[in-house]
Order: sequence, then structure tokens, then C-alpha cells
Amino acid sequence: MNRFAELLDAIAFESSRNGKLRLISAYFREAPDPDRGYALAAMTGTLDFAHAKPALIRTLISERTDPVLFALSYDYVGDLSETVALMWPADARQVDAPRLGEVVATLSHTGKTQLPKVLAGLLDRLDEKGRWALLKLITGSLRIGVSARLAKTALAANAGIAVNEIEEIWPGLSPPFTDLFAWIEGGERPEVSDPAPFRPVMLAHAIEERDFEALSPQEFHAEWKWDGIRVQAVAGTGENGARVARLYSRTGEDISGAFPELAQALCEERFGDCAVDGELLVMQDGKVQSFAMLQQRLNRKAVTPKLIVDYPAHIRAYDLLAEQGDDLRSLTFAARRERLTAFIGRLEHPRFDLSPLLSFESWEDLAASRAQPADFDTGENAQAIEGVMIKRSDSPYVPGRPKGLWFKWKRDPFNIDAVLMYAQRGHGKRSSYYSDYTFGVWRSGESGEELVPVGKAYFGFTDEELKQLDKFVRENTTNRFGPVREVAYGQTQGLVLEVAFEGVQNSPRHKSGVAMRFPRISRIRWDKPAGEADRLETLAALVGTRK
Amino acid sequence: MSSPLLALTPEGLFCPAGGFHIDPVRPVARALITHGHSDHARPGHHAVLATDETLGIMAIRCGETFAREKQAASYGEAIQLGDVRVSFHPAGHVLGSAQILIQGKHHGRQTRIVISGDYKRQRDPTCLPFEVVRCDIFITEATFGLPVFRHPDTRHEMERLLASHKLFPERTHLVGAYSLGKAQRVAAILRETGYDRPIYLHGAVDRLMEFYRTRGIDFGELRKVSASDRSKLAGEIVLCPPSAISDLWSRKFPEPVAAFASGWMRIRARARQRGVELPLVISDHADWDDLTATIIETGCSEVWVTHGEADALVHWAQTRQLRAQPLHMLGYGDEEETTEDGAEAMS
Repeated sequence: MNRFAELLDAIAFESSRNGKLRLISAYFREAPDPDRGYALAAMTGTLDFAHAKPALIRTLISERTDPVLFALSYDYVGDLSETVALMWPADARQVDAPRLGEVVATLSHTGKTQLPKVLAGLLDRLDEKGRWALLKLITGSLRIGVSARLAKTALAANAGIAVNEIEEIWPGLSPPFTDLFAWIEGGERPEVSDPAPFRPVMLAHAIEERDFEALSPQEFHAEWKWDGIRVQAVAGTGENGARVARLYSRTGEDISGAFPELAQALCEERFGDCAVDGELLVMQDGKVQSFAMLQQRLNRKAVTPKLIVDYPAHIRAYDLLAEQGDDLRSLTFAARRERLTAFIGRLEHPRFDLSPLLSFESWEDLAASRAQPADFDTGENAQAIEGVMIKRSDSPYVPGRPKGLWFKWKRDPFNIDAVLMYAQRGHGKRSSYYSDYTFGVWRSGESGEELVPVGKAYFGFTDEELKQLDKFVRENTTNRFGPVREVAYGQTQGLVLEVAFEGVQNSPRHKSGVAMRFPRISRIRWDKPAGEADRLETLAALVGTRK
Repeated sequence: MSSPLLALTPEGLFCPAGGFHIDPVRPVARALITHGHSDHARPGHHAVLATDETLGIMAIRCGETFAREKQAASYGEAIQLGDVRVSFHPAGHVLGSAQILIQGKHHGRQTRIVISGDYKRQRDPTCLPFEVVRCDIFITEATFGLPVFRHPDTRHEMERLLASHKLFPERTHLVGAYSLGKAQRVAAILRETGYDRPIYLHGAVDRLMEFYRTRGIDFGELRKVSASDRSKLAGEIVLCPPSAISDLWSRKFPEPVAAFASGWMRIRARARQRGVELPLVISDHADWDDLTATIIETGCSEVWVTHGEADALVHWAQTRQLRAQPLHMLGYGDEEETTEDGAEAMS
């Protein structure tokens, strides 16, 4: 457990993705079974053991320390698990620190009444980091910036295989994954007989205007890019004849629990054995709703009936990967599309429909569709269109992001001119740079014109521009708050940034009342006086609209 | 006679019967200095009494003319000043650091007062270990005076640095370490763990390293970092002042790993706020367990807490039936913290 805690501690401080990968890979090489398997489970959210409420932790520490000293310490540290881990009175020499495997085994057999005693016994045998990691795990508040995908990637790196190969068999595996580790280290590939397996997803490259010259429109299909989340809906029948249905995110995470109405639909016999690649959307009265509506349904383990009624989920199908035992992935897009059209037609299910193809003779035709989707039979749904997808008609379904097969051509973003107000130091490679920028626009305040912060951006600029911005911040600092600097701004001074973004939402949490989606710095307007930057009304008028 | 042996004045602690201040924050006629950190050893006093090493460090940091009269005190030697006797005893904090024992009349009674200065109990190959001096009144710091501060074994922290060094051989490890005491201790313990590559030094760390060397402490091969070779120091360990790890200076190194050796690194939020990627819990100060153990070992009946997290330590002492009071002295603190803004402003 102490070794695993060292890993969690190190990745929590490591800011680069590559650095995290190497730390995790090294751990998987060095740690024994079943510890590393449970570690993988903890990082992929598949670890299942008793949970403890913060109140229990407080009780345990209050039985062991002076309440005044605890209160002063908690106030200073500001985090319950960390305070308790540091203060826990334990012998400095851990003669017999429990391994992660033992901790998991113990906790999975522990009932509620026994938990305080068992947990205290484990804490007594761990060092400070071990106690911290255990308390974070058991209170379900471990936040270390590692996705399930990253953990699997680290594992794949050890074997020199593609992460997709792990994702393909992942749903059939369970902690402590000894068969998976054996395979990684040169053994047999685990046999998984999952009636509804995940198939690693095929992704597209962003296309630029100049790329079109080399591409012939006749060799491509095109369709709308819908603004939801990419999912894979899979249905099958188990050995015992029971229907199995799963909805996967594009990284292979099982999100069926959050969308029971779709899982239920997939269980119907008419779906047979199938794997549909599509966009998950919220649809009301035949109209695709905004991404903000879909967000109400995301990141939930369970949902209320009210949510299902208020935000009905829908799948708009892009592709068919398997049908009735046939793996269709090696067919061409055109051939798969024919199978998909027939399949969706046969289904006649209100929660499933087909993403329509766009007809075009030239790239100019397609550009027109992209610029004005409302003119092309999309009606009110035009707001939910992010751009167009361009797919080679002869492309097989290749996991990952293969070159030259699929392209995404997003609609142009919105732009505003905003004034730089605050800058914060970045992390990792950027820790010596002021690289996170808070910017504001003008509004009429009680005491005249004032700038109100509307967003924060930390990318979009080149390395050279970063140097210039950093220099500007250092030379124009008016105030310091820890790692944050306030810079000079006003009617006659300040730096104007052109900010690109995808949309605006009302947000009572923000002082300005609006929140921008996906803002980034598109240009530094050294030439523009701050007094001529945009106004809040301009931004507010864009709420809910789409360019 | 009911005058105190020690009194608190705006300049700092003052001994009326001996006519001297201890670590005064403003210029005074006669100052006794516990150690060379800039919050304790300030220039401009008329006469200074300190250990020979502390006098040497003050000369380097404040210039040879830091005081008109300088007198060196040997550890354990009794010196009569007015009506009191003083002696210096190792504090284990940095090279030359001392506790000061004052013996004289306190409200009419013969009393032993020990001013610990800053001290630590952990092993440090670069200075003499802390010596317990029995006393009636113990005046202690409380930089890490909360029970969350429990420093791990320094060798263990150094092994974490070496593990990271092994895992990321193409990156430079920048270790922020205060230039007096911390940098030398880190270098010495690195050598003890068997690290045999040259250790690179930021210019601000170099002079005091050299001073320690003249006092017989061996660090193996040390090299100064020059502007031109920063980009070539992949796989090396560089010691620099804490402010430099997030400074413009750090940019030229190949993918630097920002490490910071400090007791504050025990608290995750602190480490994160400083943009540290490899926090090393290595401190010059006593941790909670050592602060409380030391108070008991001195056999004192009264504790005064000069600076730091005084409330918790005073509370603890009172639960042990000791008289205890916080002095809330300003101007002292961890030097790493107090000099940060100054260093930042110059960058």
C-alpha cells in the first residue's frame, strides 16, 4: 500500500502526461500481483470496497488526538484526509505495512459496524502517504488527474502494444487483472467471452482549408458533426440466453448506468447482436437540444426518472461495426453505411435514427453546408451542428486516429476582443511562465465603465507569443496574489486579446453572468487600445446561438 | 529585586543585567547572534558575539564591516557579561548555529534560560548535533509547531529524488534549497546515498558552499552552472535557491523537474501553490515530535515561544502543566518564505 501511495503522490504532482505515464508504467513493472491489479482498478474506477464517510474519519481522529490541536491543524492544512494522515499517532517504524491486496481484501469483507476498528487497524500500520491514499480511496475523494485511458496506456506501453488491444478485452476483465498482467508480460491473451464487447473507436483529424486541394470530393462521404458525445451502443445475447446491452464512451468506459432508457431499448430483441457507433444527444419533440442540456445527464452513476423525462437521450447513428455475428469493420465506409441504413430502417425505434449524409459535388458545396446548416434541411437542429465530417468512402473502420481517412471540419468559432486582467503561473514545463490568462470585457458599472472578467484561457498561442505575453505580464504587474498577478488595464492601458470560443451560456456562478465554452487566445492585439475592446452585451447576445 | 533576566523590547529579546540583545531585528549596541540566517543575523550592530562560523557567515552575507567589534564564542565556553554568564551550545540548525544559555537573577532567583534560536534534532552531517541544555525557562521557535509536521527520514527523501532522477534521465532535476544550511545538507546527504556525479550549483548557492568546504566539510565535485551550459544539463542535479525553480533562470534547462527541499513540502497545497513537482520534506527546523520532546528533555518549567505556529505548542505545553506563553515576535520566520518576494522582484 505504501508503494502504491508513493505512486499516487508522485502522479498528483506530475503535470506532464508523459511523466505520469512513465511513473505508472514503472509501478506496473515493479509491483507484484495482485497489488498492481488493484492499483489499476483504483485508477480505472473499478475498485469496489466499503466506503467511509468523513464523519467516521473525524471520530477516529478525535479518539486519538487533542481536539484543539486537531482543529488548529485542520484549519492549517484544509483537507481532512491529509490532516488525519499527518496527525495519526503511529509508530514511525512500520514493521508490517499491509500490501494493497491485503487492504482491498480486508475492506471488501468488512461490514459497517466493523469498519471503524478495521480502518484504524490499517492506518496504524501505514506510513503518512499510505494513510493519505487509504483515506482518499475510502472516502471516494481520490483526485489525481489520471483517466482510465491513461492507466491502460501506461500498461500497454510496457508490452509495446496499442492501448486499443487492452480496451478491446477490458470489459471482460475484472480486478485484480492477473490474466491481463500475465499477457502484458508475454503470456496468453486472456479469453474474454463478452456478449457486448467494446470496440476501440475510430477518430478523425481536423482538416485545414489547404488540405482540400489534394482531396477529390468524389472519393468522400460527408455528414453533420453533431454536438453531443460520441458513444458506442452494443447489444448481444449471453450464453444463458439473457440480453446484454452496454453503452460505452469513446474511451470504452461503460456509461449504461447513466442512460437506462437506452440500455433498456438495446435489450429488445429487434436489436439482435449489434455495435452502433453514434452521437449521444438529448432530443425533445424531434429537436436536438444543446450540449448544456446533455450535460445534465453526464457523469452520473444513476439517474432519477425526472431526468429521463426532462432530458430524453437519443442516439444518432454514424456507423455499424458489427451485426448478427459479422464484424463489419474491415468493410468500406460505403458498405457499412448501406448495412447501417438498412439496420436503422428495420429497427423503427424512436430513440435511434440515422445521421443523414450530405450531398455535394465540390468542396465549395460542402463549405456552404458547413457555413449555413439551417439552409440544408436541418431546421431548428442547426444549432446542434458543430461542423461536418468528411470520410473516405473506402475507409475501413480503423481504431485510433489513422491518417488520411476521416476528417472533421468544424464551424468557425466566435471571436471577441477582451482585455487581459490577471495571469497565473502555469504548471510543469510552464511553471516559470505566466501562461493562464483571465480576460474581461466592458460593461457599465455603478461608477462608470468597468471591465468584468468573462473567462480564462491557457492555450491557443505559440511558444513565441507565450514569451511575449509572459514579458508583458512581468512588466505590467500592478498586484500579486500568490501565483497570480494582476496587470495594468483600463480605458487607456492594457493588452487586448482576441479570444475564440465555441459558444456562450448563462451562468449565475460567474460575476459576469455568462460562461464561454472552450475559450482560447486566437491573436494578441498589440495594436488595439483596451478602451475599444468588446462589451458584455455583445457576449450576452450570443447566448444559445451558433455561428 | 524583581527585574527579569530577559525582557521583550521592540529590538527583540534583551538581557538588562548583561546589557545585550539576542538576534535583534534593529541595530543595537551589543548583539548575541544564534546563527547566520538573515532574519536572525542582521548587519549594523556595534558589537557582535557569536560562534566563529556564524561570524564568518555574516561576513560573507553582510560584508566584512557588518559590526564594529566581533567576538567569537566557543561552544560550551562560559563568558561573563555584566552580571550574567552566557554560553553557546550547538543547535543543529546550520553550521555555527547555537543555543544561548543565560545564567543570572530572574525576579530575584538564580535562573537558567536557554534561547534555542532555530534548531533541529534530525541528523545533519554538516553541523554539530543539537545538545540538550537543562534549564528553567526554554525559549523555543515553533516554525513547524503543529502536529501535522512530522519530518520523514532525510535519507528516504533523498532516495525519492534519486528514484525520480533514474526515471527521468533526460530531464534536469532542479532542487530548490536555501543557500545557507539546506543546500549543504542536501549535497552532503546526496553523497552519503552514493550519488557520485558532479553536483551543479546556482551562483547564489556557491559562496556558502565554499565556506563550508573551508570548514572541512566535503561535498565531492561541485560545478557552477554557467549560462551557456544550462541546456546541456540533462540528467544532472542542480541546487538552487527556492525562488529560482520557477524563475526565468530555470527555463533553459531540458524539461526541468522542479523539486523543493523544505519542511513546508509536507503540506500538499503548499507544494502545489509553488508549482513543485517533487516535494522533498527536508527541514532545518524541529518537527512537532522533536519540539515537544525537546521541551520535556530540557526539564524546564516554563516555555516561551518566539515565532511560528505558537498557539498549538503553547496549548500542548499547558496540557503538560508547564507555564507557556507566545511572544508573537515579528521579523522572524522561515528565511525561505521571507526572502521569496525579494528574490521574485529581482527576476
